[in-house]
Amino acid sequence: MADIAEMIAGLPGVTSIAWARDELIANADRDGLVALMTTLRDDPRFLFEQMMEMAGVDWPERADRFEIVYCLLSVTHNHRIRVSITTNETTPVPSIHGIWPVATWWEREAFDLFGIGFTGQPDLRRILTDYGFEGHPLRKDFPLTGYVEVRYDDARKQVVYEPVKLVQDFRNFDFLSPWEAMTTLPGDEKSRKDGAA
Amino acid sequence: MNDAPVTKQIQIDSHSINFGPQHPAAHGVLRLILEMDGEVVERADPHIGLLHRGTEKLIEYKTYIQAVPYFDRLDYVSPMTQEHAFALATEKLLGIEVPERAKWIRTLFSEITRVLNHLLNVTTYGLDVGAITPALWGFEEREKLMEFHEAASGARLHANYFRPGGVAKDLPAGLEDQIGAWAHSFGKFIDDLETLLTGNRIWKQRTVDIGIFSAEQALAWGFSGPCLRASGVAWDLRRSQPYEMYDQLDFKVPVGRNGDCYDRYLMRIAEMRESVSMIQQCLAKMKPGPVKVQDNKISPPSRANVKRSMEALIHHFKLYTEGYHVPAGATYTVVEAPKGEFGVYLVADGTNRPYRCKIRATGFAHLQAIEAMAKRHMLADAVAIIGSLDIVFGEIDR
Repeated sequence: MADIAEMIAGLPGVTSIAWARDELIANADRDGLVALMTTLRDDPRFLFEQMMEMAGVDWPERADRFEIVYCLLSVTHNHRIRVSITTNETTPVPSIHGIWPVATWWEREAFDLFGIGFTGQPDLRRILTDYGFEGHPLRKDFPLTGYVEVRYDDARKQVVYEPVKLVQDFRNFDFLSPWEAMTTLPGDEKSRKDGAA
Repeated sequence: MNDAPVTKQIQIDSHSINFGPQHPAAHGVLRLILEMDGEVVERADPHIGLLHRGTEKLIEYKTYIQAVPYFDRLDYVSPMTQEHAFALATEKLLGIEVPERAKWIRTLFSEITRVLNHLLNVTTYGLDVGAITPALWGFEEREKLMEFHEAASGARLHANYFRPGGVAKDLPAGLEDQIGAWAHSFGKFIDDLETLLTGNRIWKQRTVDIGIFSAEQALAWGFSGPCLRASGVAWDLRRSQPYEMYDQLDFKVPVGRNGDCYDRYLMRIAEMRESVSMIQQCLAKMKPGPVKVQDNKISPPSRANVKRSMEALIHHFKLYTEGYHVPAGATYTVVEAPKGEFGVYLVADGTNRPYRCKIRATGFAHLQAIEAMAKRHMLADAVAIIGSLDIVFGEIDR
């Protein structure tokens, strides 16, 4: 199993590769994604016939805030890989629906929930949220309660959208214990020889 | 007068119809926009999300223990297998190994859940194409299985039973014998059920050669589970990437040949028989022992201990308020759920709450293929195809 990592590390577009908890993770360059995925599917050494999952992750503090993780599976060789690329709000990612048609809905989902754009995807509509929804709910800066709530208005005989009104603030307890959550405590730098914080 | 045959050209407008979201054959809240050419489906565009509850967002605001019940509410027909994927993912990040009896109980209930799911699918699929009796018979059997769920976890549907670190509590006395007695009689029930459907002429006319998907198509469209095996791909996670105790069980993986609706039905019938055999093997091999890890930082101390020991009381309090901290990392962990591969992509950032929890809903990939599957089929066949794919909206819409 170790040699597959070496073989994939040599492919164009792969920037780094790592094993973590028996799972193979490849970081890739988003511009070469389509060529890389085609190789991973068709090369007899890899034969990742199936794309099982695509997940977006939002890291607002990073320069490229979105991470997109493709989980591939080979039923011939019985191995898996996760291919990870990064992007931001304005840079679209090449669509891979031409390689695996199943990617269409996952790309629509990432567009809907994160606002990630996909070039070459002809069907980039919202998928999970309501018709006419605004915003991208899985971004970390989107509040858990959302912005609008719906109610049936008996006078107008229709469902109306109104701004969320909370009678009581949403209770977001901070249970993080200061002993475990704070990894750098004041005074820690004294124990280091170079004095760095 | 010449009697030359007159050819008449009739122009038929293709028109679109709205199938669902309140249609009994839509299996929940599927809204399907069908573009029709007469009675033939030209294009099928599923509109999903009518049951979207933002599960993934909610989980980001809950501790790991609080996240477990959300998984019951995804695919509410097979609740325990969804918890299983989350429990395995969390355990992988925590780096803990659950005790042997917990593994056996999980394997046992995974298989009970599989029968529970297939019973509902096969019988309501029959209902969709006009067979009413299987549903009436099947629901009686399902009720018995629900009672096993209730005896073990306290709830018929939303079990909250498989938790990171083991299972919530040990099986009550006598339950193993009851399950054994049920497993003994269930084979006869499958035989009876099959007499209603397998050889039935109407059933076969409605399902054989309908919605054929080749192995290549099934792979490209991300199929898994019975739908993939019906297309002739011998792939079962319980066999290929065994988890829990599946490597110690003797079972066969049924594989179909034609990839049509009838084969998908046959897969589920055959899998139920295999599940019953696995349930019996589990019962024979289970031994008494602890059912959760003995680390009170992860699994709660016993109630009796909480009353007597200060240490246990503190552990109990900390566990149910703060929860435990999971080391930073990410994992994509899968189980063979009754519908196919159910996975959780879990990202932990070292705190007590998941940073991101992406749920791989099996039906999400299956439903998308309706477009390719129902093309050039009659409208009534679209109903048979939806039934054969085993779609539950709780998991697709999340």
